Amino acid sequence: MSNLDASFAALADPTRRAILARLALGEATVNELVEPFDMTQPAISRHLKVLEGAGLIMRRVEGTKRPCRLAPTAMTEIDQWLGMLRQALAANYDRLDDVLAAMKTEE
Amino acid sequence: MSKLTLKTEGDTHLIVTRKFAAPPKAVYRAHTEPALIQKWLLGPDGWTMPVCINEARPGGKIRYEWSNGEGRGFYVTGEYVELEPFSRLVHIERMFLPDPTPDNHVVTTFTPDGAGTLMTMRMTLPDSATRAMMLASGMEHGMEASYVRLQGFIDSSEFV
Repeated sequence: MSNLDASFAALADPTRRAILARLALGEATVNELVEPFDMTQPAISRHLKVLEGAGLIMRRVEGTKRPCRLAPTAMTEIDQWLGMLRQALAANYDRLDDVLAAMKTEE
Repeated sequence: MSKLTLKTEGDTHLIVTRKFAAPPKAVYRAHTEPALIQKWLLGPDGWTMPVCINEARPGGKIRYEWSNGEGRGFYVTGEYVELEPFSRLVHIERMFLPDPTPDNHVVTTFTPDGAGTLMTMRMTLPDSATRAMMLASGMEHGMEASYVRLQGFIDSSEFV
């Protein structure tokens, strides 16, 4: 599987996207990630393995813990997500432009 | 096409701005009158808003329900806190996906800008993790639209 395929597959899951969004706020341990997601630790660990395999996160060893953080390339992906959210909002407001233009001709 | 800005501020705010070629009164009405809201607040192509309740008075209820016409949908409920026609709206809202998200406190202002309007929507989430979650779910809708487009491209392409 190419890197692109691996990233695409990793990002196709909502939990993994949410984990990345959480890691955008800073480094977190598995236990810290388990809490907000209401999932078991093995389930979260499986998601982390996929994200690590796709090169989206990096892990370091700290005693018995292995805290995770975003890999630099993941920031680019997150910028793209923000771009897509902007697109969805932009579509709404482009429609609002049309609504406003129609209101003007009615007056 | 760069009329829209979207940025984070501090740990818990999200700010959206957009300019419109219409006076504040018209933009305000388009945000508070159901018959107008249903024409534009729709998200990705193919979605509609079959239920739109917007009681534009302090304490008034808000309820928007969206549907993609194929059995999928979600809704938002909220309450108005303050209204200053035609310049400022303060309301609280939450999405049901289907579980409710934490309350989003939203202040929307409509400021004259030449012959038009500058709209500023300032959202305040309870904490940074909630904001991250909201961005993630918003991204998901954006991503869904692009996945649908991708699927359309794949379905229509002739290469094997």
